[in-house]
Amino acid sequence: MQLFLEIGNYSRLLYEAIRSMTEFKTYRKNLFAEMVKTGYDSLGIVSLAGFFTGAVLTIQTSYQFTSALIPKSTIGAITSQSMIIELAAVISGLVLAGRVGARIATELGTMRVSEQIDALESMGFNSVTFLVMPRLLAGIVMFPIVYMAAVVFGIFGGIMAGIMTNSVTVFEFMEGARLFFFPWDVAFGMIKSFVFGFVITSISCYKGYYAAGGAEGVGNATTQATVLSCIYVLVSSFLLAAILL
Amino acid sequence: MIEVINLTKSFGKNLIWENVNLTIHEGETLAVIGKSGSGKSVLIKHLNALMYPDSGKVLIDGKNIFELSYVDLRLVRQKFGVLFQGAALFDSISAHENVAFPLRYFTKMTESEINTRVLECLDMVNLADIGDKSTADLSGGMRKRVGLARAIVLQPKYLLYDEPTSGLDPETSNEINELIVHMTKNLSITSVVISHDMHSVLDVAEKAAFIDGQQLRWYGTIDELKKSDDSRLIEFTRASEYQI
Repeated sequence: MQLFLEIGNYSRLLYEAIRSMTEFKTYRKNLFAEMVKTGYDSLGIVSLAGFFTGAVLTIQTSYQFTSALIPKSTIGAITSQSMIIELAAVISGLVLAGRVGARIATELGTMRVSEQIDALESMGFNSVTFLVMPRLLAGIVMFPIVYMAAVVFGIFGGIMAGIMTNSVTVFEFMEGARLFFFPWDVAFGMIKSFVFGFVITSISCYKGYYAAGGAEGVGNATTQATVLSCIYVLVSSFLLAAILL
Repeated sequence: MIEVINLTKSFGKNLIWENVNLTIHEGETLAVIGKSGSGKSVLIKHLNALMYPDSGKVLIDGKNIFELSYVDLRLVRQKFGVLFQGAALFDSISAHENVAFPLRYFTKMTESEINTRVLECLDMVNLADIGDKSTADLSGGMRKRVGLARAIVLQPKYLLYDEPTSGLDPETSNEINELIVHMTKNLSITSVVISHDMHSVLDVAEKAAFIDGQQLRWYGTIDELKKSDDSRLIEFTRASEYQI
């Protein structure tokens, strides 16, 4: 019964948000602020995560490919392909589930329990338009940009690790990366990050918006938002791979 | 005019109150009193449809607000100013911006007109010199006063006060009570004050409604309240007096 109630409330919140999309004037200011918080402010941590993921991937691949029959350019192909298709999107998704999801759930949850959302409604605002819509849109727009940063820094990390461990040269790495580069893979990664942006922000908005029970309630909402966001990032990654690849 | 007709509310199997009937005439100040947890704040949230009842109506100027479309409801809500229990100030913006907030979205005022109106409202609550102070730097009494300035900035027809003096020292409570009386008289606002502080009630209200035992137990003027022989009401008012 509780599950149906949750699905109903989540659907209603999304419906309200989508219906209010045309009220751009109401959420314009918040949208730009959210885009900065969600995207620009996350670039550092996501680039760092991407860099080290790419570096570790290069070292592990070179460690496993000991045969002289396998050209070293394969290391570049595997690292870049893995980053583009899967790792950049999933790693940035998981990092942002913690960073962005937790922030959204805490902000909205605190606003709910301190009656700030009621204050908005009582003034005649549509609180969903004002609070949920800009966060949702910022996630959808900014996650693909953050994903691209993770790809670039992942490949860069791979190259740096290759140079430092003498396992692959820049030329060999780039040769492999170019040989197995397919534009569709980038499109697939972008679609994934777009979906992750929606999943993380919508779940976090939902958990924060309906938070109840003071500080403990906000804490629970934040934990649930982060955990559910991580789970749904992994589930939707699997589903998208099964459907689109 | 606000009319509450046969209002019943429960949360799951927990009945809050049933068959509440009230009429609040223009320019009148009604105090809703009762013990903590009796559902006073729940009742006030029905007056502008922040909550919906199990059954019953709330008529605002003759319109049942629970039957309005969301767009029409938002228009009705703009007739209300609300001072929330914790003031509900937006903590991401300054005190000044909190008061300016409704003006920026619901009026076509220029920046200087907004500034003038904000200072006017802050002056009414004796905070004209608050400047761009962050809401985090305000005391409890100052937060309530900023909340009150924000509530009146759009010149509402109705003002709802949810526990305006709770958590405040007696001196600040008196200041808030004086402000409520000042607002009602000078701005001709119809007010509903939720309180369990009898001193506040006697200072500001003309009528009182006592919620007890999941129902509206008593309803009448302040003079009638003073002479009432209702045992539960006497018990409640005496208990309040003992807190002095």
